[in-house]
Amino acid sequence: MASIELKDIVKIYKDRKRGTELLSIDNVSFSVDSNEFLCLLGPSGCGKSTLLNMIAGFESATSGTVSVGGKPVLGPGADRGMVFQQATLMPWLPVWENIAFSLKLAGKGAEERRAAAQPFIDMVKLTGFENHYPAELSGGMAQRVGIARALLLNFSVILMDEPFAALDAQTKLEMQEELVAIWQRHQGTVVFVTHSVDEALVLGSQIAVMTHRPGRIRELIKLDLPRPRDSTSAEFNEYKRHILALIREESALARADAATV
Amino acid sequence: MNWLASLREQRDRLWVPVLLIVAWEIFSRSGWLPPSLLPAPSTVCRTWADWVFSIDESSQANAGRWIHDALASSVRVFVGYAIAVVSGVLLGVAIGWWRWVEKTIEPTIQMLRPVPPVSWIPLAIIWFGIANKPAIFLVFLGAFFPVLMNAIHGVKTVDRNLIRAAAMMGGREAQILRYVVLPAALPSIFAGLRIAIGSAWMLTVTAEMVAVKSGLGYVLWDSYYFLRYDLVIAAMISIGLLGFLTDWLIKLLMSRILHWQHGQTVQGRNH
Repeated sequence: MASIELKDIVKIYKDRKRGTELLSIDNVSFSVDSNEFLCLLGPSGCGKSTLLNMIAGFESATSGTVSVGGKPVLGPGADRGMVFQQATLMPWLPVWENIAFSLKLAGKGAEERRAAAQPFIDMVKLTGFENHYPAELSGGMAQRVGIARALLLNFSVILMDEPFAALDAQTKLEMQEELVAIWQRHQGTVVFVTHSVDEALVLGSQIAVMTHRPGRIRELIKLDLPRPRDSTSAEFNEYKRHILALIREESALARADAATV
Repeated sequence: MNWLASLREQRDRLWVPVLLIVAWEIFSRSGWLPPSLLPAPSTVCRTWADWVFSIDESSQANAGRWIHDALASSVRVFVGYAIAVVSGVLLGVAIGWWRWVEKTIEPTIQMLRPVPPVSWIPLAIIWFGIANKPAIFLVFLGAFFPVLMNAIHGVKTVDRNLIRAAAMMGGREAQILRYVVLPAALPSIFAGLRIAIGSAWMLTVTAEMVAVKSGLGYVLWDSYYFLRYDLVIAAMISIGLLGFLTDWLIKLLMSRILHWQHGQTVQGRNH
């Protein structure tokens, strides 16, 4: 099981049109221990997806280091599974081939891939849909395939970029429950990006609340709540009140900032 | 009476061509034009039958030679087309994928592309002589550019997120090209293949009129010199049929390979 560590991360974008530099992430350091479920919570544009992409290896920091399992991240790799906001499945491959795509890249034969995919297909409750093509799936089902694909690739580190944002409310609740159930059963380190306070509270073992741009970690909250989470309980709502207060404070700061610029 | 039922079903598609042929027959027999200038469909059919089966020598020296002529043209189309498809797809993928290939090769290709393939005929003849080669060269030129342009377009419009997903799963560049970029570009590549087969037939026939002494295009042009417009029309229809047949074969292949598109695009609706 691997832990994730981010140290002194700074990200500066060059705005070519205005000829200015934009400080997107300002000196972020945090670490996620093995088997923790960290929710990165913040407003849009705060750099939470950028941080996730850095852990995935799709983006590099202007300065600072990212390491997973003690090894520095230099690029995307099969030691970290990512679930994207859109399912991004290969439309020409049936469900089972999509889930086992990483094994194809590893040079494994069709029989082995088929066998390896089955437990993950069952896990995300897509039994019977093995041979369906992505175009024949609903949004929620497609996202399940995306999750199964990441799980098969690597159980120990799963990165999720608002994977349920495009789903309807009911499907979203179902998927959240299932994700937690899978995580509880199989463990693994999860970093989950979201802008929904409720989602973070339902899913996370920790929540990192980020500030508006430039992104910093405002507060790292360890959630001491029993599972399954009860969104009507007093403790749940106490956390929620606290986080909402932080967010309100942040957006007030953002407005003040915008007024002075 | 199954075929009658299906014929009834096809009635909507058939009545316009049937009406046209009947009108043409009546017009040709009416004497408004000398029958040699616009031969009646019945005459064309008889000549064509003789061209194919050598029945009554009405196609003179061509009697029974149809399959030979059709094969000669088809071989030229096939060889030129095959070379164009292989080179067009490979080069197109390379240009679409690697920026440096695009920078170094694309300007040259874009300068050659507007030159009509037909205008290469003089050079083709002095380079390759009078035989199969100039025709194959012209077919290649006609088919290459549509294949190339569509392959480039297909690669350039691949969803970046699919490439990211493959990179996330540990895909190396060569694997991403083979397992992601190529399949994702296939719908566009097939669109190019279908345009290209049309150009291929067009250029075979053109080459046969000018630079080759066999094939359907040669028969067509030769019959024109001998005022045999019935043979000219029979050759035109033969070329049309073969073009239709090859396009149908490509469509068949396409629906096999791109079966995953069914239900996803408008095209999949009709299958």
